[in-house]
Amino acid sequence: MSDTNSRIADIVNANAVVLFMKGTPLFPQCGFSSRAVAILEHCGVEFASVDVLQDQDIRQGIKAYSDWPTIPQLYVKGEFVGGSDIMMEMFEAGELQQLLQDQQITN
Amino acid sequence: MAMAADDIAAMIKAALPDAEVEITDLAGDGDHYAARVVSAAFAGKNRVQQHKLVYEALGGRMGGALHALQLTTAVPN
Repeated sequence: MSDTNSRIADIVNANAVVLFMKGTPLFPQCGFSSRAVAILEHCGVEFASVDVLQDQDIRQGIKAYSDWPTIPQLYVKGEFVGGSDIMMEMFEAGELQQLLQDQQITN
Repeated sequence: MAMAADDIAAMIKAALPDAEVEITDLAGDGDHYAARVVSAAFAGKNRVQQHKLVYEALGGRMGGALHALQLTTAVPN
């Protein structure tokens, strides 16, 4: 468990933008993950992704990591931003773009 | 394992008594819902904290019995 926690910490700290999702950006396996990918693509940012379906430890561990019960989960510069609903709300309000810009991530 | 819309609303209201809860059955299959929750309890909290309050109200069912709940939270006007 703590081992999984440190693996997750390494991932979120090593990637400026990382999405934990079901499937891959090209082949999302869940509507919510698909929506999260679409939002990030609209923002025009490069992002890393982790397919939780390939790793049961990560799949369970990521829920404990941010005390958040669902997947997808977006992390920017090591901070948990939210799931797909929050991403959509932030995107529609321009806040997600602002956050990425503030973190100097946008192209 | 699906949940009835009324059960979802009742659990949220039990935890957040002032909440206005609007549940929409998105697919008509009793398994994919959207919920809009308006409560004064969200005041001063960010979106992650607001959503966590609703998830707590659902007592661990989120991501389990309740697969798909598209959630929107707001503070009353």
